[in-house]
Amino acid sequence: MQLTSTRLKLLAVTILGLGALASAPGRAGVLPEDEADVEWNKYSGGGQVIEGKTWLVRKKIGDKIDVEYTHLIDVVSGASIDVQLAASPYIEQRTQDSASVQYLHGKSTYSVSFSHSFEPDYRSNTAVFSISQDMFGDLTTLSMSYRRTWNDVYRQECAMHGKNGACDEKIHDPSFGEKTEDQRSYGVGLTQILTRNSLLSANFEVITDEGWIANPYRDVAYLDQTVGRGFSLEPETDPNTRTSNALGLDYKYYLPYRAAVDVQYRYFQDTWGIRAHTGQLGYTHPWRNWTFDGTFRYYTQTHADFYSNAFLFATQQNFMSRNRELSTYTSWSAGLGVSYQFTIPHFRWITKSTANLRFNHLVLNYKDFTDALLVDPKNGIGIDNAPLYSVSINVIQAFVSASF
Amino acid sequence: MPRRLVCALALLALLCACSPIEPWVKPYEREHLADPIMAFDRVPIATAFMDHVYEVRMAARGATGAVGGGCGCN
Repeated sequence: MQLTSTRLKLLAVTILGLGALASAPGRAGVLPEDEADVEWNKYSGGGQVIEGKTWLVRKKIGDKIDVEYTHLIDVVSGASIDVQLAASPYIEQRTQDSASVQYLHGKSTYSVSFSHSFEPDYRSNTAVFSISQDMFGDLTTLSMSYRRTWNDVYRQECAMHGKNGACDEKIHDPSFGEKTEDQRSYGVGLTQILTRNSLLSANFEVITDEGWIANPYRDVAYLDQTVGRGFSLEPETDPNTRTSNALGLDYKYYLPYRAAVDVQYRYFQDTWGIRAHTGQLGYTHPWRNWTFDGTFRYYTQTHADFYSNAFLFATQQNFMSRNRELSTYTSWSAGLGVSYQFTIPHFRWITKSTANLRFNHLVLNYKDFTDALLVDPKNGIGIDNAPLYSVSINVIQAFVSASF
Repeated sequence: MPRRLVCALALLALLCACSPIEPWVKPYEREHLADPIMAFDRVPIATAFMDHVYEVRMAARGATGAVGGGCGCN
């Protein structure tokens, strides 16, 4: 049985298309330069490996219109702690295509984008419209966006097992059918030049979900002394609506010796009772043809109202989840990046090229999610007093970018 | 008295709204701000992927102006 976190996919896949809106606050009124990027990335940690490739092409048409196309492929393999607890390892591929158009008119930039994502058990379509406006002598940029996402969710089951027990063929579970989810996002952003050396950006976003938000594969645990390990599993039941608010601030300062520091903070809350704070410090230092980046990020959140590591009995309440992303935890990450700028002698039409390498180390320490794989009733270790779970993740990104 | 004060403040606000706002940082003073290292998102394709990783591993979402992409959903 495959186990994928559909609700998390909803979060991730539907953040599509804001790229046009996010084109460097403070630089609205200017279309980005023509560019082609190729990226390879690898995520490993918590028993999972995700390897991805991304291709991006952006081209201006005249001096008022800019078009962009992105294609990416992700291959997910391995087994997270949830998979090890209730299902079998798997390999899954996701593809995504995105296209956007920006139109510059005076001090205003209009952007429309559309994106389609495909997985065997998950389809997502996203449309985004955004507008940004420079004002007050270009000291201020105001932006607004509206995003709508339509998702179709399926549950897969194995139709034919191979000789080694692995699943050779999967089909959509007819008893589950097709579930739909509708997500809308409303965003407003303000970027302000404060001094000749500093910028401030503020973004506020409301996101609402309606439909199937739960995960068709993920289970909750409840205490059950009739079985040897002391707990049993049943499917999770999430509410079918969710609304969240987030306010983000980003302050950037130019240092006297040509380097920049970046300070970010975000406050988040939602109708599921989750409150989260995110803080990040960044430093950028150019040296000759090189540019070095360093970041440190800290994150903390409280758990959802209907989350529990172990419920007291089956169907204890109408909404139940043991999704660790809805638990209480803290996280920190540190990242380093280096870019090298070069020119290619016989390709004069390529004005600038960069080779980039980035590494991030991410640690998550869960406060009320125990490692169920360590349950050992003979030694008095139950699911409610097992060691707390933590995970370390490494992310490597390598990409080449050419401007023309 | 409070009503007069409110009227005076409202009149002052209206007068301010009629006068153009003088940029306190002139265009020729924005050399540092135009430096690529001052871009909020200097390498969008890399930032997009990391934001995606954070989005799928954490409950908080939105207000980053971030691009999606990549997986890491499971």
